[in-house]
Amino acid sequence: MSWMLRSLCLTTVSLALLSCGRSESGASGELVVKIGASAPLTGPQANLGKDNENGTRMAIDDLNGQNITLGGRKVRFELVSEDDAADPKTGTIVAQKFADQKVNGVIGHLNSGTSIPASRIYSEAGIPQISPSATNPKYTHQGFKTAFRVMTNDSVQGSEVGRFVAQKLGVRSVAVIDDATQYGQGLASQFEDAAKAAGVTIATHEHTDDKATDFQAILTNIKARNPDLIYYAGMSAQGGPMMKQLKALGIASRFMTGDGGCSTEFLHLSGAEGEGAYCSLPGLPLGKMPKGADFKTRFNAKYGDIQSYSPYCYDAVMVMVEAMRKADSADPAKYLPFLAKTDYEGVTSHIAFDANGDIQGGVITVYQDQGGKWVPQETLGGSH
Amino acid sequence: MKLGRRGWLLGAALLLALPLLTDLGLGRSWVRLLDFALLYTMLALGLNIVVGYAGLLDLGYVAFYAVGAYLYAILASPQFALHWPLWALLPVGALVAASVGALLGAPTLGLRGDYLAIVTMGFGEIIRIFMRNLTPLTGGPAGIDGIDALAVGSFSFADTHRLLGWSLPGLYSYYFLFLALTALIVLMSRRLEDSRIGRAWAAIREDEVAARSMGLNTRNLKLLAFSMGATFGGISGVLFAGFQGFVSPESFTMGESVMILCMVVLGGMGHIYGVILGALLLAILPEAFRPLAQLQQSALGQVWLDPANLRMLLFAIALVAVMVLRPEGLWPSPVRRRELHTPRGGEPGPGDDGDSDDEGADGELPAAAGGATP
Amino acid sequence: MDIFLQQLVNGLVQGSIYALVALGYTMVYGIIELVNFAHGEVVMVGALVSLSVIQRLADRGLSGWGVIAAGILVSIPACMALGFAIERVAYRPLRRAPRLAPLISAIGVSIALQQLAALIWGRNFLHYPEVVARTPFHLGGAVITEVQLVILATAALLMAGLWFLVQRTRLGRAMRATAQNPAVAGLMGVDVDRIIATTFLIGSALAAVAGTLVGTYYNVGNHTMGFLLGMKAFTAAVLGGIGNLQGAMLGGLLLGVIENLGAGYLGNLTGGVIGSNYSDVLSFLMLVAVLVLRPSGLLGERSAEKV
Repeated sequence: MSWMLRSLCLTTVSLALLSCGRSESGASGELVVKIGASAPLTGPQANLGKDNENGTRMAIDDLNGQNITLGGRKVRFELVSEDDAADPKTGTIVAQKFADQKVNGVIGHLNSGTSIPASRIYSEAGIPQISPSATNPKYTHQGFKTAFRVMTNDSVQGSEVGRFVAQKLGVRSVAVIDDATQYGQGLASQFEDAAKAAGVTIATHEHTDDKATDFQAILTNIKARNPDLIYYAGMSAQGGPMMKQLKALGIASRFMTGDGGCSTEFLHLSGAEGEGAYCSLPGLPLGKMPKGADFKTRFNAKYGDIQSYSPYCYDAVMVMVEAMRKADSADPAKYLPFLAKTDYEGVTSHIAFDANGDIQGGVITVYQDQGGKWVPQETLGGSH
Repeated sequence: MKLGRRGWLLGAALLLALPLLTDLGLGRSWVRLLDFALLYTMLALGLNIVVGYAGLLDLGYVAFYAVGAYLYAILASPQFALHWPLWALLPVGALVAASVGALLGAPTLGLRGDYLAIVTMGFGEIIRIFMRNLTPLTGGPAGIDGIDALAVGSFSFADTHRLLGWSLPGLYSYYFLFLALTALIVLMSRRLEDSRIGRAWAAIREDEVAARSMGLNTRNLKLLAFSMGATFGGISGVLFAGFQGFVSPESFTMGESVMILCMVVLGGMGHIYGVILGALLLAILPEAFRPLAQLQQSALGQVWLDPANLRMLLFAIALVAVMVLRPEGLWPSPVRRRELHTPRGGEPGPGDDGDSDDEGADGELPAAAGGATP
Repeated sequence: MDIFLQQLVNGLVQGSIYALVALGYTMVYGIIELVNFAHGEVVMVGALVSLSVIQRLADRGLSGWGVIAAGILVSIPACMALGFAIERVAYRPLRRAPRLAPLISAIGVSIALQQLAALIWGRNFLHYPEVVARTPFHLGGAVITEVQLVILATAALLMAGLWFLVQRTRLGRAMRATAQNPAVAGLMGVDVDRIIATTFLIGSALAAVAGTLVGTYYNVGNHTMGFLLGMKAFTAAVLGGIGNLQGAMLGGLLLGVIENLGAGYLGNLTGGVIGSNYSDVLSFLMLVAVLVLRPSGLLGERSAEKV
């Protein structure tokens, strides 16, 4: 027992010592504005997490080049990036850490499972949070004033695309596959409802896993039913290989995937077999947005291919800082009202929030893989 | 091991003051981490009963944590507009987890060592798959949100309370609640260890055939071990759900089971204080390695290696290093240490538990097919 | 019927992948009764080393099975070195330790390898270059590709080769002796350390082959690809009776077939109440059923002499 006591004392002392290392902001006349960013940087989704971090970092680098002043002081933006490992518990610890460090705003988290429990902590600490990619409708419906997202939630995308395949692609029967994640399941069921409402028969609804590599069993099942279209709600790490396997099985059905598969990664992983696949992505094509093409070129030069959500992270930072500028303050309490009234032309789309903090009138663009490139086909929904 | 009254008082005072000291020294995120560390301590102590006392290798322990958490989430949230109180759900959670423990334990009674490990792992995955797919009940992959905060009567642990002019944040109240329950579990573990049941478990652990031939009902004893272990898992699950306010299948992966097992073994299997040490250490270590980016920045002038990967790499190296340097765990029980450091073939002392053979001394059932190898 | 045949083919191919990986588990387990938790990660390293080689060659315009063979030839020594190092650093010091100690250090090695791979190859899902044709063969209504045939054949050949090695050679006899009783084997002049190290070398070489074939088949490589595969293979090895080479093969094939038939027919059989989302539940329940009836796996008992 005395050993335990001693170690307890030791821990306390060392904890206290460690704390001396914490950086204090606001040296000289410069105002340091800390932007917290959190996403899984280890584990199976680390590729997406790093992409998010890169998008956020690029926005912060851009802003630092603009000589922004708030309240008369020159501002330096600082990125504080933490790994949440896609684990809800770790997510809350990171959130608390951000609250302790008094970050001025948070871009994150990547998953709904981490965004939701963390949002409670941000709300209590009064820190505005913009998730670039959480799509669970619950996230913005908890009554927290601080929770926003720049990604359309599943219901908009699912229902727009469900109608699109019936009306524009002339699809009569469809097989739906989801990856049993919150994202995949939500998107799949919204799509299914809309497609049914538009007169499409659901041939079958199959399930896989966000860690799976072999989809032949469910694809064979689908082959037996010979649907016009296979709709996959999941990420490109599965969607790409799935595309290959369905071609190898000799399935002639067309293939479509959601925003999780609408990436360069899908094009790489599906290779030549990806030709003709459709995907949908919230927002306008980057090429059509005034700043989008420029973003893409510069991102590619700096970090390589866009994996998935980095443009949304970029927009999230820009929207946040725009609100700070309007409030002329990086104080969350002061700029939060301006954030809610955002009216901003981002690289992904026009951004304005509704009363919940969801992006308003989001549009969806459908793309098709033509010669190894995503070529925009049609923009759905919204006023565009 | 003797600790005077002053020592006890000092220790208790330190434990009570720990959240405040941590908060002042390191910030509130570390208080939250302390809360989680206590939850893991309860889990590790529960698994310790199964693995440490009874010698049954369980790789799906997180299932019971999940059962407790989902039970609380379903019965105390807007999901079905039910709001059962904590004092009712703690015993119910413990009971349900215990039954699930017995239920899952029953088909595995004949299995040994690594066969048992794989089957328990399977059960852990099955429970997770059910949580993920029984959407009307569990919310499916989206989970359940808006779960009631833990409360006793009108006292909510989540709120900031005022005490003698001090403001007491919710994280502190949770800490005290978890500390009290951990103390209770420690007490129960100690009583169990020294009880007839505890000795019977030790007998099974060291040599099941011998234990049975001594007239022990090994079947019931093993089921009891599974149930007792599951009980503690269920209790920490209930606490987790109320603390976090949100549950989803992501929190109950196989990785969690593996981590809890690491806590038990790394700390010192079968030894309560060792297990506590292991749980605290493994819960805190990954967070303690976080400032790597700044460290690299200040020491080398730039970030050479990705801090997120480096952090987990260091954690893994620490795991291997501890096991290689202290195979019996960081803080094994004195008995276990003596066993391991007795030269092979040494005369067992008279009145020793009779576990002098090599196979038994390592505290795990021989995993060889067919059991007792000649 | 065509569909059933196709599901069977799918299952057999996936099963032989499990079997390939399970052989590595079972080799090591047979000798020192250690669940080499890190084996899945060695497979991953094998896949990624091969990927780097194959990518270089593919960039020069080369293709065909020769390129894949080149990848395997480079990844085998790489994995062998890795396996040797792991045994030396994380397992050998723990040979007399409590049984769970090496399991924990194996878990540590597994996490470490994932992080190292992420540092070397990055976090993205890498495209495994396609250097062999995907021409499908038709087999009475079912479709099978060349890669699938090669995987089936390789698994069978490797199993046979290992069986020969263990049963018919001097090294094999030393391995069996070590498995039965290391102390006595040592007294009989067997260099136990060397035998165990050799077993790890063989297991790692198998991992290199398995990794390359898995990558070639699914066309994806990533630092997390080994974990789940390892778990499934471990399950397969246990199903067949861990420590038994034929058991690993049988367990792998069986697991693959159950998984595929489960995913394929659960929905039909239950009228859509439960579907492909429960196929893993089915496989695990099957495993439990087998182990309840035969507590040491399907072929476990016949392996009174292990390996």
